[in-house]
Amino acid sequence: MTTHAVESLFPRLEPLLSEVSKPVQYIGGEQNAVVKDWDAVQVRWCLMYPDAYEIGQPNQGVAILYEVLNEIDWILAERSYAVWPDLEAKLREHGIPQFTLETHRPVGAFDLLGFSLSTELGYTNLLNALDLAGIPLHSAERTEEHPIVLVGGHAAFNPEPLADFIDAAVLGDGEEASLRIADIVREWKAEGRPGGRDEVLLRLAATGGVYVPRFYDVDYLEDGRIRRVAPNRSGVPFRVTKHTLMDLNAWPYPKQPLVPLAETVHERYSVEIFRGCTRGCRFCQAGMITRPVRERSIETIGSMVEQGLRATGLEEVGLLSLSSADHTEIGEVAKQLADRYEDEFVSLSLPSTRVDAFNIDLANELSRNGRRSGLTFAPEGGSERMRRVINKTVDEDDLIRTVATAYKSGWRQVKLYFMCGLPTETDEDVLAIADLAKRVIDTGRAETGTRDIRCTVSIGGFVPKPHTPFQWAGQLDVETTDARLQKLKDAIRADKKYARAIGFRYHDGKPGLIEGLLSRGDRRVGRVIEAVWRDGGRFDGWSEHFSFDRWITCATRELAEFGIDTDWYTTRERDYDEVLPWDHLDSGLDREWLWEDWQDALDEIEVDDCRWTPCFDCGVCQQLDTEIQIGPTGKTLLPIPQVRPDLG
Amino acid sequence: MAPQKQPPQQQAPPVQKLRVQYAKRGPARFSSHRDFGRAFERALRRAGIPMAFSSGFNPHPRISFANASPTGAASEAEYLEIGLAKVCDPERVRVALDQALPAGLSIERVTEGGGASLADRLTGSLWEVTWPGRELELTEPLREFLGRSEVLVERMTKNGLREFDARGPVLSAEATPDRLRLLIRHEVPLVRPDDVLKALTVVAPQWSLPTGLLVNRLAQGTLVEGELRDPLADA
Repeated sequence: MTTHAVESLFPRLEPLLSEVSKPVQYIGGEQNAVVKDWDAVQVRWCLMYPDAYEIGQPNQGVAILYEVLNEIDWILAERSYAVWPDLEAKLREHGIPQFTLETHRPVGAFDLLGFSLSTELGYTNLLNALDLAGIPLHSAERTEEHPIVLVGGHAAFNPEPLADFIDAAVLGDGEEASLRIADIVREWKAEGRPGGRDEVLLRLAATGGVYVPRFYDVDYLEDGRIRRVAPNRSGVPFRVTKHTLMDLNAWPYPKQPLVPLAETVHERYSVEIFRGCTRGCRFCQAGMITRPVRERSIETIGSMVEQGLRATGLEEVGLLSLSSADHTEIGEVAKQLADRYEDEFVSLSLPSTRVDAFNIDLANELSRNGRRSGLTFAPEGGSERMRRVINKTVDEDDLIRTVATAYKSGWRQVKLYFMCGLPTETDEDVLAIADLAKRVIDTGRAETGTRDIRCTVSIGGFVPKPHTPFQWAGQLDVETTDARLQKLKDAIRADKKYARAIGFRYHDGKPGLIEGLLSRGDRRVGRVIEAVWRDGGRFDGWSEHFSFDRWITCATRELAEFGIDTDWYTTRERDYDEVLPWDHLDSGLDREWLWEDWQDALDEIEVDDCRWTPCFDCGVCQQLDTEIQIGPTGKTLLPIPQVRPDLG
Repeated sequence: MAPQKQPPQQQAPPVQKLRVQYAKRGPARFSSHRDFGRAFERALRRAGIPMAFSSGFNPHPRISFANASPTGAASEAEYLEIGLAKVCDPERVRVALDQALPAGLSIERVTEGGGASLADRLTGSLWEVTWPGRELELTEPLREFLGRSEVLVERMTKNGLREFDARGPVLSAEATPDRLRLLIRHEVPLVRPDDVLKALTVVAPQWSLPTGLLVNRLAQGTLVEGELRDPLADA
């Protein structure tokens, strides 16, 4: 292996930057960026988020791994993001490859290239980045000179559509896994790279926690379904297991996240107050694949927030999780943080709050030092029946009571999130959303005596996801989805009494159907992704770039020889016996339990949360040897003396 | 329980106003005026500057920007003013802020505010345009340009495509084979070096606009008899 110097591409890139939009996103140099000596380390990770900087930079997963890896003296980690089409054209014209932001080195010069996959609609950007980097698109064509291409993040729980393009996938929490991978690569390099690329991939696969698609063969039945997926060599496990980080207090990352110079979608210091969720919403892949619940203590949260604010100068703190009001000490956390930062006008935000865990005192604490913009709830289903099916049991009267208190204590705007196309759904279930919104407005008007009350209904199409009880469900077709959304819109608009008070925001069914194709796809779908990318597909998560026709045309053409099509992957309901493309990837959830939960959904039977009731054997804790880690700890945050520099 | 329609808390007025000269250099020149604004607010917090805040439901630190240079142009002479809640030593504030800003953004001077407002003091700019690694012959187009009383150019502004005179505000223009210096009076719309370069292609159609130009604002200040005076002097 040659050890030629790897130079910065910036001198070649800089003259192009004045000719593209928002060039600041490509310059790097952000506060808290880590620049290490290329030649002084043994393993080099490039972390890439396959979307624009403004979307990718705030990603919590990348921020965590960036610090975890850079804290090790023999590892360096740099970042890369998707470039917009205007810069892409110039890079291709001038022969400049995909680059990192820290030192503007070519992505292809790193040992490991890890993609963070939050959404399936980023797959074409992943292919584009590989191609721009000069890395062969297909894993099989890569040599020792190329980075090992990995994926992680929620979409990596079914990496099969990307099987041809990636070398490996990692399921679950990345903190320990990324270090373990770096260790294996370091050893292999130190030994002189014995056995080449296959050998290092074999060593990774042998850990049982890294999925290497090339070591597994997929056979199909006559009718197109999968016959079986099995290892094609010894030394690799039949099933690959997800990683679970226990004791989040021991891993308080990010400690000093990057502060972007460019504008991004979330500019706040975010601390995950817990990971995992056992509420059991049946549509929610995030809740299913991140079990069990592991809380950070109020003390860890307090010290992370203090250190994070000092390191960044940010003016907002986000208390993140999948259902933040469920933290056992959320009231104290919010109150004590609001107390501590009252004089500095630091505001707190709490994304993802459930109606039943919400209380107005908490909301008041959150808005004390900052804006009181609006309250957001996600009942997800319009009717009580629908909410029993999806196990998001929000009682309508509870919701109305909460809303009443909110309006009484000063809020004027409530946002409600719903989904359309849930299993067993009828027009009536969706039209119930209009009735609910009207009740919200009536309540607000009655409580406040003013007509100046707003309720925004936001709704999108449901996409069935792997590793959930709805993984067997048929997705609702585009036409019916759009027709149902139109009926709802008409119902809201029909009544002049409410028409102006209720805002209606919806996403049409087309992107959702393609997301459905990719999320439950198998290896054959890889050909579709490649065809779409070759035809110019980029930034599919952006409505101005997404082309439904292109996807359907490519899918029809590429899947024809297998006798299947887009509908086969999306609107078709699966049977118990069908081998699902991700069955060999173990999220800890017991397949039998998932199936029973699916049957319970059809019977409208709810299931409880195991934090407060006995275990109902979803399988995760037994299978993965993990446990629920929650408070309360009863601790309080110590006041922090505000030490200011002497500038007098 | 806090009712929403309570009168917003009144914040105390600033006890001291400081004027700040800052520079944008190297890759940081690609940051926009808004990008710099956010970075500066965060630097204020990291540096522990005792800022005065505005009143209202959503208090903001008191910062007023004046006349920022366009995105992509470097500058040695950008100005803003901050309001403090506690009296501070300007030089200590300068050092603390300078250390808290990311690379390429630097605080050059901090002085006590007073007298005429910053906006009134910034009536002209001295710009330099360079084209590294090449030589350009600008004498002819420049003579043609300076010989006219008006040269109309178009530029996309916030309010759409506008046509304006790029000649009138140019007080002096001198070129060597590797740089062009322009002294321009601030008017509405503000004439920038790229407008003048575009104007050169209007008066000398045989001359075409080169790419890869670097624009740098060398100074900004009060125009007195065709000369720039330091806007932070005699504060």
